[in-house]
Amino acid sequence: MKEIAGQSPNYLLAKFQNLVDWAVNSSRANSLWPMPFGTACCAIEFMATAASRYDFARFGMERQAFSPRQADVLICAGRLPFKLAPVIRRIYDQMPQPKWVISMGACASTGGIFDNYAMVQGIDTIVPVDVYVPGCPPRPEGLLYGVLLLHKKIKGESLFDAERRRDEQPLDEKGLRLPPAVIDELSEPFGNSVHQFRSS
Amino acid sequence: MIPGVVREEVARDGETIVFVARDRLLEVMTWLKETPGQQFDYLVDVTAVEFRDRERPLQVVYFLRSLTRRADLRVKVELDSATDLAVDSVCGLWRGADWLEREVYDMFGITFRGHPDLRRILMWETYAEGYPLRKDFPLRGRFSRAEQVRQALNANPEAHYSLEELSIADASGELPQEMRDRLLRGERGTIPDPPAP
Repeated sequence: MKEIAGQSPNYLLAKFQNLVDWAVNSSRANSLWPMPFGTACCAIEFMATAASRYDFARFGMERQAFSPRQADVLICAGRLPFKLAPVIRRIYDQMPQPKWVISMGACASTGGIFDNYAMVQGIDTIVPVDVYVPGCPPRPEGLLYGVLLLHKKIKGESLFDAERRRDEQPLDEKGLRLPPAVIDELSEPFGNSVHQFRSS
Repeated sequence: MIPGVVREEVARDGETIVFVARDRLLEVMTWLKETPGQQFDYLVDVTAVEFRDRERPLQVVYFLRSLTRRADLRVKVELDSATDLAVDSVCGLWRGADWLEREVYDMFGITFRGHPDLRRILMWETYAEGYPLRKDFPLRGRFSRAEQVRQALNANPEAHYSLEELSIADASGELPQEMRDRLLRGERGTIPDPPAP
């Protein structure tokens, strides 16, 4: 081996791995099938993004998978009440690896203006999120930018490097994704919400 | 004159509000629905009000409409929050009161005596934090966010809605013939023959 290219075998192996990663990641990034999880007004912007003027089929999202079994990326568009939390978690669990999540809009990312008893304060307390798209609701350009960021992220992954590979994140024995202290911290009120008291 | 009326008011929008004693609600409602000249045959909404002033009683509000007479009426029952929060159900008069009363029960904790199926309707059935629209209910709920997430994630979304429960096969015998035919041949019905040339 050493004589073939005058390089160490590690060099050739790394070259080969890079080639494989490039091929795999490009294929994945350029044919993401979204699983739309639209619960509110963000879903309207999502539909606008899918329609002809913005047309995210240009970025490989040609087929919208309305079944999680054939989907790569879960797009949560809209607020998520606690009643839907087990549903989105089950949909996420049903999606085959590798899978990514886009949190679209302020409510899905942080709870937004709905800092109340019924609403999940950010879907990252339920499922791991790759890209947060801010806005209320985000314009289609915003969602497209988020998709392009996701492409970039996918192209940085590696099959051979455990640190750059996405692994399944199952729930722990208490049925939580994050430790309770982290969830409480993520759900802390912010912005205008700090003027409301928990007891009021 | 409506029997059993405690007092009458005129709302700011000109509608008549009738306050009724709790014990005579069912009697008054039956009278309002069935007496010729009243005929309030449509129950628009059932809701409740709790005031910030703790002294004031809770109110259960019924919005009635007479489709034939084109008249509206608001009926209110005052419930002292110190006593048990319960009124008679009007499901026997208007079937549409079923879900409306469930919603009032879910949000305010007011029980409707004689309701056929008084369960929570908006919040899930294992919800343990109380009644969200009561004034003593904290805006963000009673439990910590972590506990709320834990309870939500451990809920089984299929626990209360099994396929058998959703099936209308059991109810087939009670459906009207026309509806049964429609279901048997599919919602879209039969395709008509093309017109003769």
